[in-house]
Amino acid sequence: MADDPLVLAGERFHSRLIMGTGGAPGLDILERALVASGTELTTVAMRRVDPRMHGSVLDVLSAHGIRVLPNTAGCYTAAEAVLTAQLAREALGTNWIKLEVIADERTLLPDPLELVDAAEQLIDDGFVVLPYTNDDPVVARRLERLGCAAVMPLGSPIGSGLGIRNPHNIDLIVEQSQVPVILDAGIGTASDAALAMELGCDGVLLASAVTRAREPARMAEAMRRAVQAGRLAHLAGRIPRRWYAQASSPRDGRATVG
Amino acid sequence: MADDPVSVTVNGEPRQVAMSATIADLVAAMSTAGSGIAVAVNDEVVPRGRWPSRRLHDRDRVEILTAVQGG
Repeated sequence: MADDPLVLAGERFHSRLIMGTGGAPGLDILERALVASGTELTTVAMRRVDPRMHGSVLDVLSAHGIRVLPNTAGCYTAAEAVLTAQLAREALGTNWIKLEVIADERTLLPDPLELVDAAEQLIDDGFVVLPYTNDDPVVARRLERLGCAAVMPLGSPIGSGLGIRNPHNIDLIVEQSQVPVILDAGIGTASDAALAMELGCDGVLLASAVTRAREPARMAEAMRRAVQAGRLAHLAGRIPRRWYAQASSPRDGRATVG
Repeated sequence: MADDPVSVTVNGEPRQVAMSATIADLVAAMSTAGSGIAVAVNDEVVPRGRWPSRRLHDRDRVEILTAVQGG
């Protein structure tokens, strides 16, 4: 599928699977999972330095040529998200940001008002904004019109593994969007990732489904194949759903008995 | 007088630093990582190039961040 790249803000990616790094029990396990996933773009969070910390997720990413995508995870207001994005740009030398502004700890659902506010400020400041948003086509349209480089609707709450709860809304977002649509959050297993791609999403972003799987590297490979399979199925065009059976063998020429 | 301590907050913790201390000194004390770090003072990013010359003032709120696993 080398001839079918994901193009984000003019950059080409041969993998349509964007990985997160949260939840992995250790950097070595994370590293094996990232390699197995085939990802070329992977998120990190920005946190206060810990003087006791040794080994960095950044070393893992650079060792494998994986582009870093900082996020604003844990931000509750536009002001927090904007400062975190600016710090990420300074620390990591990238103006790309996965914009995440959450409403509460229990659901981790995006706060659409703060999200739109932050997106506007960051776009004005020269960022390439990839917003994590609700599966709401109206908010997605607002984000696209502001100039976001993609829209990233959730399938279900972060880390829930509940899959895509409202495929119809994802369908509507795909239909209306001129920028890439990345299904972000809620993926539980490979079939969820395949469904996202079959619905016409341009990519999938996931972390927990791999990092918290019993065997992260094996699940990462499953996700890589699921994203590819779903993409191929989408391009190939599924058959329409029918209420009754439709024989695939010809009716004529059957043997008769008696 | 020149080296009287000033009271600042670093990553949420109160801290006394010498009046002559710069952001560069503070970062060196907090982390051995040579890159991947950013600093904000009073909610404004201080670019790395200004760390050696930017001194700390009383009641400055300093945030020193790096990338960790997440998202």
